[in-house]
Amino acid sequence: MSSVPGGPAGAPVLEVDDLAVTFARRGEQATRAVDGVSFAVGASETVGLVGESGCGKSVTSLAIMGLLPRRGVTVSGSVRLEGQELIGASDSRLRTLRGAHMAMVFQDPLSSLNPTVQIGTQVTEVLLEHRDMSKSEAATEAADLLDRVGIPDPSRRLKEYPHQLSGGMRQRALIAMALACSPRLLIADEPTTALDVTIQAQILELLRELVVDTGTALVMITHDLGVVAGLCDRVHVMYSGKIIETADRHELFARPRQPYTGGLLASVPRLDAGRGTPLTPIRGSARDAIPWAEGCAFAPRCDNAQDDCLTEVSGSVVPLEYDGPGRELRCRHPLEHPPAPSGATAAGAAR
Amino acid sequence: MLRFIVRRLLQLIPILLGLSILLFAWLRALPGGPAQAALGERATPEAIARYNELFGLDEPLIVQYLRFLGRAVRLDFGTSARTGRPVTTEFLERMPGTIELTIFAMIFAIGVGIPLGYLAARKHGSWLDSASVIGSLLGVAIPVFFLAYLLRLVFAVELGWLPGSGRQDVRIDATRITNFYVLDGLLTREWDAAWDAVLHLILPAIALGTIPLAIIVRITRASVLDVVNEDYVRTANAKGLATSTVRRRHIIRNALLPVSTTIGLQTGLLLSGAVLTESVFSFGGVGSALYDAIFARDFAVLQGFILMLAVVYVLVNLLVDISYGLLDPRVRVR
Amino acid sequence: MSALGELKRERIDQLAARAGQVPEGEGGVSLTRSALRRLRRDPVAIIGAVIVVLFLFVAAFAPFLAPRDPLAQSLLSDIRPGFIPGSQEGFPLGVDNLGRDLLSRLIYGSRQSLMIGVISTVLGVIVGMALGVLAGAFGGRVDTLLMRFVDILLSIPSLLMAISISVLLGQNQYALMIAIAVTQVPIFARLLRGSMLAQRGSDYAVAAQALGIRKSRIVFGHVLPNSLSPVIVQATLSLATAIIEAAALSFLGLGDPDLARPEWGAMLANAQAFLSIRPELAIYPALCIIVVALGFTLLGESLREALDPKFRR
Repeated sequence: MSSVPGGPAGAPVLEVDDLAVTFARRGEQATRAVDGVSFAVGASETVGLVGESGCGKSVTSLAIMGLLPRRGVTVSGSVRLEGQELIGASDSRLRTLRGAHMAMVFQDPLSSLNPTVQIGTQVTEVLLEHRDMSKSEAATEAADLLDRVGIPDPSRRLKEYPHQLSGGMRQRALIAMALACSPRLLIADEPTTALDVTIQAQILELLRELVVDTGTALVMITHDLGVVAGLCDRVHVMYSGKIIETADRHELFARPRQPYTGGLLASVPRLDAGRGTPLTPIRGSARDAIPWAEGCAFAPRCDNAQDDCLTEVSGSVVPLEYDGPGRELRCRHPLEHPPAPSGATAAGAAR
Repeated sequence: MLRFIVRRLLQLIPILLGLSILLFAWLRALPGGPAQAALGERATPEAIARYNELFGLDEPLIVQYLRFLGRAVRLDFGTSARTGRPVTTEFLERMPGTIELTIFAMIFAIGVGIPLGYLAARKHGSWLDSASVIGSLLGVAIPVFFLAYLLRLVFAVELGWLPGSGRQDVRIDATRITNFYVLDGLLTREWDAAWDAVLHLILPAIALGTIPLAIIVRITRASVLDVVNEDYVRTANAKGLATSTVRRRHIIRNALLPVSTTIGLQTGLLLSGAVLTESVFSFGGVGSALYDAIFARDFAVLQGFILMLAVVYVLVNLLVDISYGLLDPRVRVR
Repeated sequence: MSALGELKRERIDQLAARAGQVPEGEGGVSLTRSALRRLRRDPVAIIGAVIVVLFLFVAAFAPFLAPRDPLAQSLLSDIRPGFIPGSQEGFPLGVDNLGRDLLSRLIYGSRQSLMIGVISTVLGVIVGMALGVLAGAFGGRVDTLLMRFVDILLSIPSLLMAISISVLLGQNQYALMIAIAVTQVPIFARLLRGSMLAQRGSDYAVAAQALGIRKSRIVFGHVLPNSLSPVIVQATLSLATAIIEAAALSFLGLGDPDLARPEWGAMLANAQAFLSIRPELAIYPALCIIVVALGFTLLGESLREALDPKFRR
């Protein structure tokens, strides 16, 4: 499997190659949460991992960070951060990289902050761990960081506890912690899901500015196509542990090829659709997936599915194949689009 | 914070009033009433009648109650029928022993319980984990006085390793200042007296500390298991902090919050619940006095001691609440 | 001293509030059924249940199981101060200081001990629940008043409370049961009230109210049944506490003085005097108490796990 060529800045910051994660519980059958995932992110580039909950996107991010529990979890494949292999690296090696070279922002800012420790301590501890700083230097730097992520009156906020901050402020504080050591890679796992809509936009704007300013590679994990549209350069759509479609943002929205992607786009309400136009949901739920070994996991819910989607003719899974410049696709019966790209809207194309 | 403390103090008033009413009623409800309580079981009817007249026990109950309350506020609970000494004097004399015993019992329970509970959680599913769970269930199921007898039989009577009764060897003539024997020994530099007092505390402290130990192990274990899965621990790991920092600042600190409540609560219980242990070891604290009072039906002592112990219990619980406010910033603001 | 029974107010409320959270799609019958299913698969629950059933069986069939009359003093001549004969022909566990067969006394003792545990717990549950329902159903001033009273009861450590009641009521088995029951009352009152308050504020109760269903129907038809699970759990745990507490009261000379009814706590307390001569006299009744208490505790804890939404994964 080939990885997508690196971003505009040359060698990719993050290269994920054939990543697989298997959870094995005693007495239960092992489940493969992530299966053969490959992608790359360059500096200043934002890549989206999109899918419904349970599709493996969060597990992918935790696997990259080395944050999955060791017991009962098998990770295979390759994850390279600036050329260094992370899979199989020692715990102490990973700890020196985490927070310094790669950082992560999580979904729920309240539960992701330690309730009994002042914000200031939670910011400075990263600096003290990874950078050669005195406590007072770290405190000054922490105030700067909070200021940079748009928290007003930072020196006062440093002495406060997480519950004293609003949801948006908490997420800003978490972003400040993630950015403390100017990491080359930032992974944001649904960073706006737990926030109010108006705050969501602010946080996304903040993340975009940071990518532009610092040249950080950003992996955006989301189920929200709005976030993808506003932020991502390239998008990988995941389903049941595998990437099923890869495309640049504009391409994806204009001409989705995987029926699942098409369905996702069609199920988003649009202002430009005529009044009374019904939304088109995807049938069933992610639980209806079949194992990839038995065919296409999405086939039970797919309108385009045909006999060969459910029976595995070649004896291997549906492959992820080249589908035009910058695109990859895992589908035997993709959506077809008229050759003229100008007139096609996503919602129209999906039907 | 100050407002929080003041509010909690104000909430005490109805509870203390209620307590006094209950114990006032308790004494009236006894067969023979307060006269018997004061004069003892073998008082003659004439003596009782004389007593009732003398102390205004034929007056309306409300007057009697207010008088009782007035005396209670001044810590006057009458005199013991058994020893003839003021109840409060006996209580104050004996309380240091019970406090000392409670402190040692809690040191034992905390010192063993928290590390054991933490290790059990870290090694979740191991033999150590299973052993500590089973042990903590057993610790709560054993009748305390039986455990106390067993410890005394094995380590004092049979093996003779440790003293099995009293607070101090009778041959040691120690100077008494505070009635905290260990402290007295340290203050007067009578090291052998202090050491002897410590030896006398070991077995009773283990017997008394077993239930809190069992509870602390369980709560610590459960709490650490909870906290380890918290998002903020994942955040701490994602920040690449050293394992020791993650443990100290993010796991242990939060895991100890519920444990601290338990510790306070158990301390309150031990201060008031040492009756069984103290009597097995003839330990001269409040508990063994209460035990003697039960057998002698010394009602004045029972009433006074139970009321004062309940107040101690309530006050310790108040301290626990306040210290919890200091530990957990989320409580402080409310 | 009984630690199991000594739940602090906040802890009780917390338990109650937690039990109030019914996850979506589960309620009423299916909740009970799924809890039972979980229990059947839980080895801890099975061990607890086996212990409890075994002892209940022994108690029920004591006359058939006991080899001898538990009261008959055998004429073994070699009982004298400082010597009590051990196991021998016809007396598998030996005899006590009065020459009575220890095994038979243990078997008959299960009746009295379990009865004290069950009756005092049932009493405590009934009175506690009545107070809790009153407070939880009426709210307002009734609630405040009742809960103040309960707080006062809770401010006396349970053993001291049991001692005062026992001293007041005199020495008999009913006094013993009532004394233990009184220590349980405030716990159940708080528990049920807290759990009902949580339920009353829950979406389904508000929805029922919005539908115009009568208040009494909501309370007794929906809120109360859904508030019971923490009470069931606590009652199971209280059975263990009650049996241990009965032993403690016996030790303090506040037990049942009627020698015709062998009871483990009294046997244990009585045997302390002979501990250095024949420790078995104390160890066997103590083991019975420990095992039964453990059985109820295991059962209660696994019930809690089965009924508590927090433990569902």
